[in-house]
Amino acid sequence: QFTRDTLKGHSRPESSSRSAFLDQRDTLWMRRLLCSDEMVAEFSQMLDWSDSALRSFAWHPHTDKFAVALLDDSIRIYKSNSSATPTLKHRCQRSVCALQWKPLCGSALAVACQSCLLIWHVDPTSLSTRPSSGCAQVLSHPGHSPITSIAWSPTGSLLVSASPVDTGMMVWDVAAESAVPLQRVGGGGVTYLSWSPDGSRLLAATPSALFRVWETRMWTCERWPCLKGSCQSACWSPDGGCLLLSMQGERVIYALTFSDLTGMNNNTYGPPFLFSLSLSVGGEVCSLSWDPRGERLAVLLKGDSQAVNHPSVIAVFKTRSSPVFELLPCGFVMGEAGAEPRFMQFHPHFQHGALLTVCWSDGRISHVPFYFSSAGLLGGDSPQQALASNTADHSSNKLYTEQIS
Amino acid sequence: MKCGCARPDSHLIYFQVVIWRAVASIAWSVLLLPVTTAVFVLLSRFSLFHPIQWISDCTSLLAASSTIFSLVVLCGVVLITGFFNLEFYTLVPSIPCSRMALLGTVLHPRQCVHSLVYCTMGMLVMWCASVTIGGRYSTLGTTCRQSESGEVVTCLNEYHLFILLAGAFMGYSHSFLGVVQNMYYVSFQPIQQYKYPRFKGCLPMVVKCSVIQALYSARNFAAFYFFFGYAPKTWISSTLNLQIDSSLQPLDSLTGLLDLSLLYHLSISGTFLYLTWYLTVLLFRIYVTEAYSFPVQSTFTEDAEQSLPKVLAEKNTLVMKFLALQDLALLSQHSLSRRLEVFSLSQPGGHAHNWNAISRECLSLLSELTQRLVAHQDAVASNGRVKSQSASNFIFPVLSVVVSGTEDIAETPRLSVPLRTPGSVFKSSVGGANSALTAPFTPDVDSPFSSPAIRRLVGQQDPQSPCFGTVQSPHIMRRGPKPWSASTGLSHLVAASFSEDQFGVVQTTLPNILSCLVVLLEAVDRHFKLPHASSKPVRTICSMGDSTYKTLRFLLRAVLKTTIYKITTTFGEHLNAVNISTEHRKRLQQFLEFKD
Repeated sequence: QFTRDTLKGHSRPESSSRSAFLDQRDTLWMRRLLCSDEMVAEFSQMLDWSDSALRSFAWHPHTDKFAVALLDDSIRIYKSNSSATPTLKHRCQRSVCALQWKPLCGSALAVACQSCLLIWHVDPTSLSTRPSSGCAQVLSHPGHSPITSIAWSPTGSLLVSASPVDTGMMVWDVAAESAVPLQRVGGGGVTYLSWSPDGSRLLAATPSALFRVWETRMWTCERWPCLKGSCQSACWSPDGGCLLLSMQGERVIYALTFSDLTGMNNNTYGPPFLFSLSLSVGGEVCSLSWDPRGERLAVLLKGDSQAVNHPSVIAVFKTRSSPVFELLPCGFVMGEAGAEPRFMQFHPHFQHGALLTVCWSDGRISHVPFYFSSAGLLGGDSPQQALASNTADHSSNKLYTEQIS
Repeated sequence: MKCGCARPDSHLIYFQVVIWRAVASIAWSVLLLPVTTAVFVLLSRFSLFHPIQWISDCTSLLAASSTIFSLVVLCGVVLITGFFNLEFYTLVPSIPCSRMALLGTVLHPRQCVHSLVYCTMGMLVMWCASVTIGGRYSTLGTTCRQSESGEVVTCLNEYHLFILLAGAFMGYSHSFLGVVQNMYYVSFQPIQQYKYPRFKGCLPMVVKCSVIQALYSARNFAAFYFFFGYAPKTWISSTLNLQIDSSLQPLDSLTGLLDLSLLYHLSISGTFLYLTWYLTVLLFRIYVTEAYSFPVQSTFTEDAEQSLPKVLAEKNTLVMKFLALQDLALLSQHSLSRRLEVFSLSQPGGHAHNWNAISRECLSLLSELTQRLVAHQDAVASNGRVKSQSASNFIFPVLSVVVSGTEDIAETPRLSVPLRTPGSVFKSSVGGANSALTAPFTPDVDSPFSSPAIRRLVGQQDPQSPCFGTVQSPHIMRRGPKPWSASTGLSHLVAASFSEDQFGVVQTTLPNILSCLVVLLEAVDRHFKLPHASSKPVRTICSMGDSTYKTLRFLLRAVLKTTIYKITTTFGEHLNAVNISTEHRKRLQQFLEFKD
């Protein structure tokens, strides 16, 4: 269980590193670095990555701990029942774009950095607050930087990394430190990766109006050209049968359904089919997150920074896959005044329903619970029994917050 | 090792699978020859300022009889290379422990024959290349006019001789590097791909390696010829009664060697030579490591020897065992119907023959590895300079099988209420395969672990080499087994069994599997406490030799942990009901709480 203590906030690191960038904007090599920073900011899942105190966030898939990447290129790990918060720093750890814990492991964290991929092995029982750089494996490949997205296979055996400047995504065998590049021409680079929870498919989005869905048995892919913009974000249903996608600049969610590869499920999705659901509230869809039970979908809608009353909001939908796939609006998650949501992720195994973790623009991280009984277990007639609680004032719902100011 | 089978059936399947694949790869190598030859012709006659003439020259040359003849010779070379690949390939890298051992390997008669054949082949290919390039390289003897007497005699064409000797040198260095870099070592890839995409993906690397290797060899040969070129020159001229043309610049001099055109032609010929050989090696590797699907239970008795459990137990033909382990790992992750066959009971009788055979084989591999590790650690504890044993390579396959098998255990015979948790992770355990591709196994107990032999060659004293006699070299078990195909396979089978095993065949073996895994994990942890065991090997430069065997022990540890985690996350608290010893339970508890 989470405690209600708020940990002591640490000082905002920012000013020193940010001004360094500003001052040296004219230097040629720094300009190149800025370009890669711009790329990272463009393709990161964290909105306004360049200005945000929080760069990335990741829950551990099995235990109650999470890792947060901060503006000063450090990573902090918070555990629910421990006050020790290890801070991870490494000289190669710059411009962290993505974090993901290794599944089926207690201690490995993959970090997508500007020039390489870092795999930290953080001993869960250690009380040390500064694990040494020796705990990190550095994986790099020429031409494969900056790395903007990583995805572990659900079995923890492979790690795939993607860079917008490399047309090939790298499939790493982490322990052997070897990689197999999978090159596909067209699209120019790979910006976002998402592995289906059943391990059978991998989505690879490109900066152009094209994305690919790879099947992981023999590593062949399907090309899906988009209508207008590039694929911004995606999330899979828990059984891997449905993929929801958001495109840049559009207020539409696309759903791609697949028939089961192993033939085990009686899923109702049917053959691969793309359909779209358009939203009439909020701005363009920035990112999507589906809870592990498949009951709640959180959609981050970008606000209009010019207009006064159009902040970014998170819209929550109830999802149902049988008899037909549908999304039912459920509510909004609002923050405190002036704070806009930047990133969200559902807790991988919240027992009482779903827990959505939101990273706000003011540096707060808050956890919003959704209490419901899973529709599947009750055999279908549950919507009346499901509760959704989150249009209320946010601060009263905080279970565990970290104040970064 | 590869073909010494006592039973005719296993011999038959070996032929059916491996020999056929080798023949197919050689056929493709031969088919690729015209393509590489055409590229070589284009590059050899390259003329920046006369492009039309260049194209027309090349077109006429490609159709010329000399080119056709060269192609025939090259086909012969490829066939011999393919034959050597088949003869020399190994699934276990041999790592010589000391310079003496390396010298012993290099001077072995088999290796001498290999080097001799490769020297000859190198000369043949370079002869074809020089004929194709034409001009001043085409023949060994040319007419020249003696300056003193004025008569026309046949002189030695030093350019042609230079190219031929370069061919012999490159052939020998290829053979030598084959030993040092373990070029014949075949390892399985972490992901499965169809052959053509895999070939396409590897092609740039192969071209890059051939260019780099050709440049290195050209440089080394130029140096060699500078110092020792006089000897073969005079020997050839006296044997074949050819005069040495004194009006031309001799090549074993600095001015002679700094001929850019000569160096260019030498480099591209060398690249062509290495590319031909490397493509053959690449195609062979791709074909041999392709997944082969063994029937889990055979319908007919005469096919019984080809069923998966029987081939898994194969002791003579390593490659078949590896393929079986790879197949097991793949089926455990991707194929529900085959998994159900594994869990099925025999009719009549109701015995779980398939599962028992598979799990028995995997567990025996695992315990063999554990014993070797323990024996090594005892030896190190008692005598710091003991020769390190090679860890059994079978660990990997076994481990993956064990792991996949344990997954199968879950389902108990409560058929009325099958336990299916919603969205269960293990249900469709179609994992990103870390399966199968196992590793180098060393059946030779005496071959030591070692640091890369090439470091020895350049004279650096590798403090991590586990060799005899060197006081500064503590023993390390640098080469761990690679339990890819067996442990991953087993873990997925066990996890899958949680929901798929309808007869509970796996649950009876679960205690054994768990204790085997925990014991092996403890042995591996102790092994890593040895000095230098945790140090990472230095990354080698681009080479065709597969050096993944150097990180095997890390792979072993990672796979073992993932294996145990998979079982603990699948079974969760149900593991408390399994009958295992207290200290093993304590260790498993750490995994249940993700404290490891």
